Amino acid sequence: MPFEGLSERLQNVMNKIRGKGKVTEADVKEMMREVRLALLEADVNFKVVKDFVKRVSERAVGQEVLKSLTPGQQVIKVVKEELTELMGGEQSKIAVASRPPTVVMMVGLQGAGKTTTTGKLANLLRKRYNRKPLLVAADIYRPAAIKQLETLGKQLNMPVFSLGDQVSPVEIAKQALEKAKEEHYDYVLIDTAGRLHVDEALMDELKQMKEVAKPDEIFLVVDAMTGQDAVNVAQSFHEQLGITGVILTKLDGDTRGGAALSIRAVTNTPIKFVGMGEKLDALEPFHPERMASRILGMGDVLTLIEKAQAAVDEEKAKELEQKMRTATFTLDDFLEQLGQVRKLGPLDEILKMLPGVNKIKGLNNIQIDEKQISRVEAIIRSMTKEEKMHPEIINGSRKKRIAKGSGTSVQEVNRLLKQFDEMKKMMKMMTNMPKGKKRGFKFPFM
Amino acid sequence: MSFFKKLKEKITQQADSVTEKFKQGLTKTRDSFAGRVNDLIARYRKVDEEFFEELEEILISADVGVTTVMDLIDELKMEVKRRNIQDPKEMQEVISEKLVEIYRGDDEEYEKSAALNIQKDGLTVILFVGVNGVGKTTTIGKLAHKLKTEGKTVMLAAGDTFRAGAIEQLEVWGERVGAEVIKQSAGSDPAAVVYDAIQAAKARRVDVLLCDTAGRLQNKVNLMKELEKVKRVIEREVPGAPHEVLLVLDATTGQNAMSQAKIFKEATNVTGIVLTKLDGTAKGGIVLAIRNELHIPVKFVGLGEKMDDLQPFDPEKYVYGLFADLFEGKSEQ
Ligand SMILES: Nc1nc2c(ncn2[C@@H]2O[C@H](COP(=O)(O)OP(=O)(O)OP(=O)(O)O)[C@@H](O)[C@H]2O)c(=O)[nH]1
Ligand SMILES: Nc1nc2c(ncn2[C@@H]2O[C@H](COP(=O)(O)OP(=O)(O)OP(=O)(O)O)[C@@H](O)[C@H]2O)c(=O)[nH]1
Ligand SMILES: [Mg+2]
Ligand SMILES: [Mg+2]
Repeated sequence: MPFEGLSERLQNVMNKIRGKGKVTEADVKEMMREVRLALLEADVNFKVVKDFVKRVSERAVGQEVLKSLTPGQQVIKVVKEELTELMGGEQSKIAVASRPPTVVMMVGLQGAGKTTTTGKLANLLRKRYNRKPLLVAADIYRPAAIKQLETLGKQLNMPVFSLGDQVSPVEIAKQALEKAKEEHYDYVLIDTAGRLHVDEALMDELKQMKEVAKPDEIFLVVDAMTGQDAVNVAQSFHEQLGITGVILTKLDGDTRGGAALSIRAVTNTPIKFVGMGEKLDALEPFHPERMASRILGMGDVLTLIEKAQAAVDEEKAKELEQKMRTATFTLDDFLEQLGQVRKLGPLDEILKMLPGVNKIKGLNNIQIDEKQISRVEAIIRSMTKEEKMHPEIINGSRKKRIAKGSGTSVQEVNRLLKQFDEMKKMMKMMTNMPKGKKRGFKFPFM
Repeated sequence: MSFFKKLKEKITQQADSVTEKFKQGLTKTRDSFAGRVNDLIARYRKVDEEFFEELEEILISADVGVTTVMDLIDELKMEVKRRNIQDPKEMQEVISEKLVEIYRGDDEEYEKSAALNIQKDGLTVILFVGVNGVGKTTTIGKLAHKLKTEGKTVMLAAGDTFRAGAIEQLEVWGERVGAEVIKQSAGSDPAAVVYDAIQAAKARRVDVLLCDTAGRLQNKVNLMKELEKVKRVIEREVPGAPHEVLLVLDATTGQNAMSQAKIFKEATNVTGIVLTKLDGTAKGGIVLAIRNELHIPVKFVGLGEKMDDLQPFDPEKYVYGLFADLFEGKSEQ
């Protein structure tokens, strides 16, 4: 996609702030402007965006961001938290009627994916919950709609109820239910024809079907690529039918999927599943957090920030910074730093979480040598206290002893000592930088 | 003659059923869209910052795209300064002018681009491409009907061998409009189906062959390769073909339509767009940016599910449809 994610968008603003060293309310306002643009480009409805930005602004100006040393990340964090919350928890459960069969109706615009999703749901119900569903072909309008569902039924080896295309959908629903009761099906999945939310006659037909079938669930099936109109569609279907859940299809594409937020905001009903492909097993539970990252075009950077936050002890970080300033950073401190990095988890996993990394040639298959880090740790652990404080005393025989103790080689010990020396030099340079340009101590991944 | 006068003349001259149909299709659109613009103009006495802010929202809600809208607003602001416009009523003309300008871009071929490239002699091959469920198969049915009423012989190739019921769906359309459908069994190679269809079309001296393909999301590399292969077969078998590659876009789609247009264009050199489902409340405003950036013209619009719900696209009418109330309101004064 040509669009920048929120992180990239915020970068410019953050650079400006860095120069000044202080965040003002005007800066926050500018950041909110970027939030707004990012959401609009992701197809979140403009009204929903308006409300959302207002909410986030309040929180941001309410000191959380103003006081932070990393305002950009704070904004992202606040935005994502609010977004995730708005999108609700994970709720991939399907209703179970106290007296079977449980009736599920699939509704939505033309081509959204109702028929395919009906097949997927049936598959899921049987596989995961060991249920016996009956598929009902109630689309009598679209050419070969019945044939389509029958083909899916055949692929699944499941029965499809059909009365052809000369019987009204209301009648079809009624007879399907009777059959399901007689033959002890525990789910009835009714596939309905696609229709416009403004088509009164066809919306009335759905209301009548609802009357007859008394569904336990009415799923609105929505194409994840839907634009600003998603609110009108969702609101209208919801007002007329009272939907109980949403299924978002075609999320295997490269759309940001802002429609998810729009729909959630106007219907306040849970998004239960997402369609991730055309095949019948491509139905997954909805993850609000992942969806939030996706809308913001961010990869899973938030998980990373959270992990870093959890792993890095603020106090220790400050202490380290102090040591760097006064150039009293020792190998012991280095060991400590390594430990903190490792607490984040496997490094290649961390890389994968970074947005954009998978697009960089050569980086997508990178293998971080975890063993290498263990060896470095082993080398440092094999040093005496004095050696760690004053590595310059490590001579040839000491090197041999350390290599032996750590199960490594003298060359490796040499390499580490050299690297550490260079690191200290760099720290010195950094701490000698003119005031103002100096940044707080940061780990390389932050 | 000013743009506005030219436009009005054109519209009044063509007070025919086509315009009516188009307007009907866009009624809901217009009601909400132009209604809001009118509202806006009535409420504002001055062309000020607030006016522009609301205009921005109206255009964004039509899926025009935030970058395009912001550029447009900037230009409008300059225009307002330049012409010293203070009365919001004067803005009606300027807004529509600019919208058509965005659509037209710097393309000199603009005037010609709406027509379908049908060969005078010999076989014309048209390939349909697009993501899932946008209306490819239905549009083929509608276009076949249209071509037949124009006296052409038409054949359909069932190139979607993947989706359940896709072949049968095309067969129903073939029966409806009276066109032969060339097919193989489900799961077979789409390139082979198209190859067969071309041979059949040549043998039967058919005028136009319309090739259906399975819906595919543009980020599926393998599926895009499959489509390239289908196109290569057409190129090889009929010199100069495919004469049109029509990308079908759903008007309900938001900004992702740009990505669709870009990637499908790269893969199959798309020559035109069919914008479907304009009978709903969505406006498909992203086609303005697509036309501007990628120079792909919209050739047809879909206004329903029936055979005759396909209309040629006319950008002036499209913009007019969005602003019809404004123009009519203005002419009374
Ligand atoms: N890639 C992808 N394609 C999907 C997904 N769900 C459905 N589709 C495809 O979208 C197209 C439309 O799906 P259908 O199930 O026919 O849609 P529908 O809502 O029943 O359509 P109508 O009955 O005409 O209103 C088909 O090509 C499906 O294969 C999905 O999650 N991912
Ligand atoms: N309201 C309306 N519905 C349309 C229009 N064009 C197509 N449809 C409907 O949209 C749905 C999908 O149309 P198809 O022609 O099957 O779409 P497709 O692109 O061939 O779908 P796949 O082959 O599954 O990718 C059907 O229910 C059509 O009747 C239109 O202009 N307006
Ligand atoms: Mg269907
Ligand atoms: Mg099709």
